[in-house]
Amino acid sequence: MNVPDDLLYTETHEWIRREGENVRVGITDHAQSELTDVVYVELPKMDRQVNAREAIAVVESVKAASDIYAPAKGTVVEVNKALEADPGLLNREPFGEGWIFVLKIDNPDDLKQLKDAAAYRQQIG
Amino acid sequence: MSETAQKTTPLYQEHVQRGAKIIPFGGWLMPVQYTSIIEEHQAVRNNVGIFDISHMGQLLVSGPAAAEWLNTMLTNNIDKLEIGQGHYTFLLNERGGIVDDLIVYRIEGQMFLLVVNAARTDEDFAWLNRHRAKDVGLKNRSADFGGVAIQGPRMVELFRALFGKDSDPPGRNRIVDLPFDGTSVSVARTGYTGEDGVEVFFRAGDAAKFWNAALEKGKAFGIKPCGLGARDTLRLEVCYPLNGSDLSPERNPIEAGLGFFVDLTKPNFIGREVVSKMKENGSPENLVAFRMQAKGPPPRPHYPVFDKDERVGEVTSGTLSPSLNYGIGMAYVSAPHAKIGTRIDIEIRGQKFPATIEKKPLYKKS
Repeated sequence: MNVPDDLLYTETHEWIRREGENVRVGITDHAQSELTDVVYVELPKMDRQVNAREAIAVVESVKAASDIYAPAKGTVVEVNKALEADPGLLNREPFGEGWIFVLKIDNPDDLKQLKDAAAYRQQIG
Repeated sequence: MSETAQKTTPLYQEHVQRGAKIIPFGGWLMPVQYTSIIEEHQAVRNNVGIFDISHMGQLLVSGPAAAEWLNTMLTNNIDKLEIGQGHYTFLLNERGGIVDDLIVYRIEGQMFLLVVNAARTDEDFAWLNRHRAKDVGLKNRSADFGGVAIQGPRMVELFRALFGKDSDPPGRNRIVDLPFDGTSVSVARTGYTGEDGVEVFFRAGDAAKFWNAALEKGKAFGIKPCGLGARDTLRLEVCYPLNGSDLSPERNPIEAGLGFFVDLTKPNFIGREVVSKMKENGSPENLVAFRMQAKGPPPRPHYPVFDKDERVGEVTSGTLSPSLNYGIGMAYVSAPHAKIGTRIDIEIRGQKFPATIEKKPLYKKS
């Protein structure tokens, strides 16, 4: 299972990429493989203020709906509209074109709570 | 329930070896999918797929009073069955509620095979045993048998590859015993997908042999091993009810729109009075099929159904239909809103999405 070294991870299977004051967020290869066949993505509203670990998006497979959580406190500044037309991007390119949203985070120190690739690899076995 | 308490079918190791994703289902560890629910679904619609149905229960009822007694326990009329023939029927409680839906076969003059839902097997057996009449034998043979469903338009070709090029599968709802590779298997022309298909039952010890032979011979016809995920999307497209979701002890066959399988000309069977009254007076709620009108999240069980601001029902099954590529489902809605063509709203995470009530089945082969 692909777990890129340059990303941070949550217990709930989101990946986080630092981009200056912002973080880009998606779900991991492991998560997409567990969900399989993503058929619908509900994106967060632009400019929404979110707290760490708040459910702000929903990814639906044929079988079930799964919440996607904000990795840190901040504001939604970008959402991936391409997922509305092609939710399968999440399965095909979980770390690339399948990203879900970008947060402008309030406090970069919040990211210290997150896992590095080694810790996430250990979590998923 | 912990995983250690879950039962496994005689095909469990085959599923694990082929990389299936395993989930607990009705007390069993079952494959939910191998590669992709959508791919497996399409294999059954276009070619052929094979499902492990070994978790389903097999009860044997025998004896000189077996037919007469079963007619007091089941809703359909057992006298209609010739030897080698089966039909869909219900086991009801005294309130007319559905304990289980099942297929009963007359396999000999005085011997009947009941194929029941996995999660209900023990309950069915206990219920039948408690009501058992004199001169009726009842055995739970579920642990002795495994089974697979082979479903799809290329089933007949695969059947001939397995049983001989001049052989034919039994007629619809018929069951026959056939020799297979030094053993004997029972083949029934039944299924839960809306495609032509058979269900094959064999001794548990023969399960892996039959499974692997079918997959090997099936390669030429594009076979895929399929999990419970595809089984659910396939059955929902053709509006076959799922026990525990669309059917329950709180719902009777009239509400579920399945009165066809209840023979009210029989003088007595458990639940008859309630069902008969509801048929006369009409049911306050009906199980309907619906489709979403716009792109949006797929409907799911327990989502509320609205007519404008009035809550009129609840979804019992829902998914994105892989064949139709829009959201579909079934729901119990109050009778005035149950007419075909009625516009309803499904509430999903606080937001309403338009849907219409449709004729069953939702999917028909073109």
